[in-house]
Amino acid sequence: MFDGLTGKLGGIFDRLKKRGALSEADVAAALREVRVALLEADVALPVVKDFITKVQEKAVGESVLRSVTPGQQVIKIVHDELVALLGGQLTDSLPHTNPPTIILMVGLQGSGKTTTSGKLAKRFIEKERKKVLLASLDTRRPAAQEQLEILAKQVGAGSLPIIPGQLPLDIIARALSAAKLEGYDILILDTAGRLAIDEELMSEIAAVKAKAQPHDVLLVADAMTGQDAVNVAKAFHDRVAVTGIVLTRVDGDARGGAALSMRQITGQPIKWLGVGEKMGGLEPFHPDRLAGRILGMGDVVSMVERAMETIDKDEAEKMAAKFQSGGAFTLEDMLGQMRQIKRMGGMSGLMNFLPGVAKIKDQLAKANVNENMIARQEAIILSMTKAERRDPELIKARRKQRIAAGSGTEVSEVNKLLKQYEQMRDMMKQMQKMQKSGGFGSLLGKLPPGLMPGGFGR
Amino acid sequence: MTEITETTSWWQRLKQGLSKSTSALTQNITQLFTHRKLDQAALDELEDILIAADLGPATAAKLVADFAENRFGKDVTDSEVKDALAGQIEQLLQPAARPLVVDESKQPFVVLLVGVNGAGKTTTLGKMAAGWADQGKKVVLAAGDTFRAAAVAQLRVWGERAGCPVFTAPEGSDAAALAYKALEHAKAQGADLLLIDTAGRLQNKQGLMDELAKIKRVLQKIDASAPHATLLVLDATGGQNAHSQVKAFREMVAVDGLIVTKLDGSARGGVVVGLAEQYKLPIVAVGVGETIDDLKPFDPREYARALMGVEG
Ligand SMILES: Nc1nc2c(ncn2[C@@H]2O[C@H](COP(=O)(O)OP(=O)(O)OP(=O)(O)O)[C@@H](O)[C@H]2O)c(=O)[nH]1
Ligand SMILES: Nc1nc2c(ncn2[C@@H]2O[C@H](COP(=O)(O)OP(=O)(O)OP(=O)(O)O)[C@@H](O)[C@H]2O)c(=O)[nH]1
Ligand SMILES: [Mg+2]
Ligand SMILES: [Mg+2]
Repeated sequence: MFDGLTGKLGGIFDRLKKRGALSEADVAAALREVRVALLEADVALPVVKDFITKVQEKAVGESVLRSVTPGQQVIKIVHDELVALLGGQLTDSLPHTNPPTIILMVGLQGSGKTTTSGKLAKRFIEKERKKVLLASLDTRRPAAQEQLEILAKQVGAGSLPIIPGQLPLDIIARALSAAKLEGYDILILDTAGRLAIDEELMSEIAAVKAKAQPHDVLLVADAMTGQDAVNVAKAFHDRVAVTGIVLTRVDGDARGGAALSMRQITGQPIKWLGVGEKMGGLEPFHPDRLAGRILGMGDVVSMVERAMETIDKDEAEKMAAKFQSGGAFTLEDMLGQMRQIKRMGGMSGLMNFLPGVAKIKDQLAKANVNENMIARQEAIILSMTKAERRDPELIKARRKQRIAAGSGTEVSEVNKLLKQYEQMRDMMKQMQKMQKSGGFGSLLGKLPPGLMPGGFGR
Repeated sequence: MTEITETTSWWQRLKQGLSKSTSALTQNITQLFTHRKLDQAALDELEDILIAADLGPATAAKLVADFAENRFGKDVTDSEVKDALAGQIEQLLQPAARPLVVDESKQPFVVLLVGVNGAGKTTTLGKMAAGWADQGKKVVLAAGDTFRAAAVAQLRVWGERAGCPVFTAPEGSDAAALAYKALEHAKAQGADLLLIDTAGRLQNKQGLMDELAKIKRVLQKIDASAPHATLLVLDATGGQNAHSQVKAFREMVAVDGLIVTKLDGSARGGVVVGLAEQYKLPIVAVGVGETIDDLKPFDPREYARALMGVEG
């Protein structure tokens, strides 16, 4: 979802990187584009302004202007500021209390409250071995209670029996006593969607909160939310003191700037991301991952996690060692990478994790890259000699013709592959530099050693 | 030829919703322009106000630039600013104000509602059905969301409210197969309209988007011109992602029109201003609440003036 922003900032800083030193005017120009990118990403205007001011102050300092790699310093400042804005480390998802722990779900119509209730139940049941009861206080939307009941069955949670016509406050009383009597660890209360300006329903939710005394009040919001995120967050926080935010539909391509806005307005952490319609589509939120994606570094941690499940461990360790000792990215590494991609479920699944993803995605779309294309590219590399794979500089016109003929492709395709290779090699160099300077490396440092996947962390 | 008819003054309702959200907006403008020359700072602030209404940075910049032409440096009053900007937005939206026209030679006229998750498709379908049923049309609903829990049950309730039969298949069935059977059924029943609900889908999910194309294909096996109206439902709460939605859904199923829901909230849905200009798509109706008569025709003048907080 943060791809668009990733691409925008990536593009801006690419240009900065190519120039040597940064002038104040450079910084101002870059930050103007950052501003537009953030606005297009639906970050609320006041939050954008705040952010730009902070970054500007830091970026236009003398030391930055005189530094050797000012572009990277600006990236680091923007990155750090984003991490700070998105929140520190993930807080404990469950407060420790006498059971049942009560979680109240609130939010606008259709934001994903009911679905997220089911997902949370599944997670608590499977990962924390808890006994979970789901109860719907949504007496308004047609079939809302049935919806939650079906989800409860799906995930193996208890479901408070539906009594048609019963009012929300009475349902709470029943849910509380059922949870206590039947020994539930967690009670999740789903509520009807409501507009932040609907006085009647906002009073109702305040009354619901007063009666239920929840330990957690989760504001469920759509990653597609626009500038209104500020009003929504403020209104709900004022009335029910939100304790956390769930951002849904992160599996979409919305840039999700609303997350920044709501985090800023409520001061409460973003706790969960909804990443699909199915009950397994829930992930804990990690601010540094998100900031990394925003800055064009890709969501490396998630990528590595995915990679760990499928990757050839020996090969991975070899690659990690090479990466850490500053080894260069060769065509052989690229070949290995293509094979890993195939093993790991193809391009589409992986693209979301790769650094500079939006840019690559665009390029791929333009170049009409698909899984088929990977097979052709693999053939091209396989048609090269070992020497050529290690030193692509050797590949001049004659050799290109031979390689094209050998792989049943065109010279233009060989050229394209070589160009793509160069871009990837440059990207890897870039990341190695950042690793040294500590910006990106601090992220890598959190990974267990030896887990950098073959050819991916580039 | 019939249209969705206007029952109560939707403008009153819309204004009620918008008034709360626009009060901040109009207050800003009032402060901004009461006694003031139209200088760059004033224009910047004006642009910010439009951005905060989800018009998006590009559209906001363009509107303000157009607005500044011939006015820059002049003394301007509060009402002139509001009127002029409302006028400009109205003009942009004017071509989009085309209600859905039902071709009565189609038996049935097939309407397909598509959109991202939770946008308001099912609710809108129920409201539309009620509108046509009230006009004495024979309307059949098809529960094409065979995926989401209780989606069928939800549509059944709307069918009861609207007094229209609902054609269903068990959860997990093939949506295209259901659409095909529903059209067969509606034809056999001599229905005037068949309204097909679909599961919410994010526009970047190729598999789900392909499913929509398939629904369309199978309908065309029965009636080569079906669906006669494919409408994309947009949530006014959403921001700039609506551009991506319109683009992707258009590519996949040739969208004929937009419906903007949840305009009764504090979100202004300003993204439609840019969309209307860029894609020239009609906004066939707007959703202004959760009850059965909360679907209204789109009136660009009222919308623009309500957005800017100009009376009447
Ligand atoms: N792709 C995707 N869809 C989601 C996600 N979370 C929820 N949805 C879908 O969004 C739609 C609305 O979800 P609900 O859980 O019904 O939303 P709600 O907030 O309970 O809605 P109301 O009760 O009407 O206010 C459904 O189609 C869900 O399947 C997510 O993370 N990703
Ligand atoms: N306030 C308001 N709420 C609306 C409007 N239209 C729909 N809703 C609410 O939005 C929520 C989602 O509506 P649905 O009709 O279920 O949305 P959908 O697009 O069918 O959702 P999925 O099928 O899950 O993708 C429900 O709570 C509706 O009552 C509207 O115009 N105003
Ligand atoms: Mg719900
Ligand atoms: Mg629906």
